[in-house]
Amino acid sequence: MHLLLTKDLSIEFGGLQALKDLHIEINNREIVGLIGPNGAGKTTVFNLLTGVYLPTSGAMRLEGNSIIGKKPFEINRSGIARTFQNIRLFKNMTVADNIKVSMHQNMKYNTFSAMFRLPSYWKEEKKVDIKAREFLEIFGMEDKADQLACNLPYGQQRKLEILRALATKPKILLLDEPAAGMNPTETQELMEVIRRIRDQFNIAILLIEHDMSLVMNICERLYVLDYGHLIAQGTPEEIRTNPQVISAYLGS
Amino acid sequence: MDFFNHIINGLGLGSIYALVALGYTMVYGIVKLINFAHGDIIMVGGYMVYLIMVKWGLPIWLAVPASIVICAFTGMLVERVAYRRLLVHNAARISLLITAMGVSIFLQNAFMLIFGTDPKSMPPLFQAEPFKLGSFELASTTVINIVVSVIMMIGLNLLVNKTKIGKAMIATSEDSSAAKLMGINTNRVISFTFAIGSALAAVAALLYCNTYPQIKPSMGNLLGLKAFVAAVFGGIGSIPGAMLGGYLLGVIESLTKAYVSTTLTDAVVFGILIIILLVKPAGILGKNRKEKV
Amino acid sequence: MGYLKKKTGVYYLINAVLVFLLFFVLLNLINNRIINRTSTQILTLICINIILAVSLNLVTGVLGQLVLGHAGFMLVGAYTSALFTMNIGLDLKIAFPISLVLAGLMAAVFGVIIGIPALRLKGDYLAIITLGFGEIIRVIANNLKITNGAMGLSGIKSLSTTKNPSPMFIYAYALAALTVFLMFTFGRSRHGRAVIAIREDEIAAESMGINTTYYKLFTFVLAAFFAGVAGGVFAHQIGVIDPSKFDFNRSVEILIMVVLGGMGSITGSVISATVLTWLPEQLREFSKYRLLVYSIILILVMLFKPSGLLGRYEISIPKFLDKLFARITKKTAKTKTGGA
Repeated sequence: MHLLLTKDLSIEFGGLQALKDLHIEINNREIVGLIGPNGAGKTTVFNLLTGVYLPTSGAMRLEGNSIIGKKPFEINRSGIARTFQNIRLFKNMTVADNIKVSMHQNMKYNTFSAMFRLPSYWKEEKKVDIKAREFLEIFGMEDKADQLACNLPYGQQRKLEILRALATKPKILLLDEPAAGMNPTETQELMEVIRRIRDQFNIAILLIEHDMSLVMNICERLYVLDYGHLIAQGTPEEIRTNPQVISAYLGS
Repeated sequence: MDFFNHIINGLGLGSIYALVALGYTMVYGIVKLINFAHGDIIMVGGYMVYLIMVKWGLPIWLAVPASIVICAFTGMLVERVAYRRLLVHNAARISLLITAMGVSIFLQNAFMLIFGTDPKSMPPLFQAEPFKLGSFELASTTVINIVVSVIMMIGLNLLVNKTKIGKAMIATSEDSSAAKLMGINTNRVISFTFAIGSALAAVAALLYCNTYPQIKPSMGNLLGLKAFVAAVFGGIGSIPGAMLGGYLLGVIESLTKAYVSTTLTDAVVFGILIIILLVKPAGILGKNRKEKV
Repeated sequence: MGYLKKKTGVYYLINAVLVFLLFFVLLNLINNRIINRTSTQILTLICINIILAVSLNLVTGVLGQLVLGHAGFMLVGAYTSALFTMNIGLDLKIAFPISLVLAGLMAAVFGVIIGIPALRLKGDYLAIITLGFGEIIRVIANNLKITNGAMGLSGIKSLSTTKNPSPMFIYAYALAALTVFLMFTFGRSRHGRAVIAIREDEIAAESMGINTTYYKLFTFVLAAFFAGVAGGVFAHQIGVIDPSKFDFNRSVEILIMVVLGGMGSITGSVISATVLTWLPEQLREFSKYRLLVYSIILILVMLFKPSGLLGRYEISIPKFLDKLFARITKKTAKTKTGGA
């Protein structure tokens, strides 16, 4: 059984067919890339998978169970987490708090315990504080824990996006252009971190990316989208030499 | 036959709603703001006519253009002083809302202090015989309302679709950044929109005072709220929507008053608002705008 | 930083001591008639407005949704509480506290009824629909027999008497302190973080597993509960209530306290509630200008400091003392080592 599966997934926006008959499979511990020219519908796929959009037809299954019609927070709790193309951090919250929000679903103390400061509150908050800082260490950002998210430099904001999604304990992580705006050194670091995350947290990763060096280096498989259609799939080597892919990017 | 009469009367009432609704819808279309203070422009219009005709004893052909100009000016002033800064700095929606509320409260209380809280009687503005159509007799006010509103709407349509500034208004409401890049002075376009909307409200005030010759500082509240419901009903941001919503609401109100109960009419109007907002917030002619993720 | 028990415990202690100290000082002054009856009433009213302001602050400042019908919940609480004590036949000392709980619960019920449909909307539409619901509540109260219509209820008994002038103040102060405490503890918990996350970016919050519908409703209902309790105290404080006391203007007055103090700042709301209750009482002769001045304040604050005077910051006396203490010890350490 695949971890994530879509079959004939389609969505239409009032006459515009944004996605047609998409068929992708992701297995655990895979790093898969979703590429294609701008406007091909890649982020739309993410929005469908996370419940932000409702498909007009087709199937989506996580570990065999259909996730169509589920609300975004339910899908996240089932195991899909994502980052956003235009960073959507909680700007006026601290870096640590951004991560703690993700940990909310796995915390247990209720409103009464919170409001009357019962022992369960103190215990869990301390645990969560330590855990949040541990997440920050993945990118070496522990020292930024108490800064406001909006004050971080762009590159670190992108990293925080990833950490925040990771902290929701997903089974599969959807990264939307994680390397956007990064220089070659940061991109290299990102590649290592993505591999490390996959190994350490034992998850699958599906990423949308335009940076071909990142894509070719790190993805084990690729899906290529153009105008809402899947035009090719395969290993990076196969895709690199695929004439349809080349013409899609270069135009014919 | 009575039924037909109620419909026509409803159209007459709806004309006023439609004119005011246009102001709401145009401002919302261009800056995505519900101008809470718009209803109070009607009040300003009413009091200006009162001031000019009753207090100063000047003739109506002076009062009409004067009140229209003053209202247009007030609308522009409000935008310039209270909203412009927030719009330019892309302030949070909640700030604009609060400011709009502040302006509304300010206008009402200012006029209350200047003119007193007691209602003032107005003289009849446009004298005319009841209009006879076969066996029908229509009140002159109803006919005047409908005719004037239709003329205003034709004029507005021409303005928006055929003139340069009208096209600039459409462009700014679609995408103000792109409009700026095309060389459109969006600030001026926005001012103009407020001016037109307020001018229409002034005309509505004239029609209203002609139909119900009494003004008070809070008159903008209920009328403004109903016109707002009309705008949302028809589809906020859509000019034809505002017209449609206005007339429809007037007819619904007239029929409710006739066949259900007078005391419940306001509740029915408010009920319509709640239902539309929950069922189809874009209104009859509006488009659903989804947030891009 | 964070929620470590050690330092926070000390902060809690200092705050508690200050609150109790202030309470005992005021209580004594009242009981010894140094503070007269009118001033006691003003103090009580300040506490009531603090409850209203911090509860509205929760929805408008912390959750970030403009809600315009807050006075409607106050009305529900006021009438529930008054009708209970007037008809239950129990001694007021027992009936009053029970009535307050009922007031809060009843307001909460209304909060659920209104919140479920209303919170599906956002921004402008939410503001207008809550405005409308607030008005509907007032109109219903104006037309029901049980609420005695526009005449309202009179003869609501107060716990305070000429012999014993303090009980109402005690209740009001205690409830205000408790409400402020609960607003703080809620805000600095995982639930508070969830609510703030919704304010910051609702879509992102939902994508990180937050049930946004639940938390929006919960916050709204919680605020309604406290507004209801405040209404109950209010009814018994002034003895006569009618629907016009809970109209749109009342909602605006509470909103101004939140906006001026700082949207999201609990201490900001406390301070502005205090000032904006006390000041109009001192300037009674100018009461007809009040709303005009308020509207100008609203506009000016929105133009020049839209986040309110304190913004999202809280004034923390223990923190201030802490920093002061740290600076003093640094100085003495320097002089001990004989300067640089």
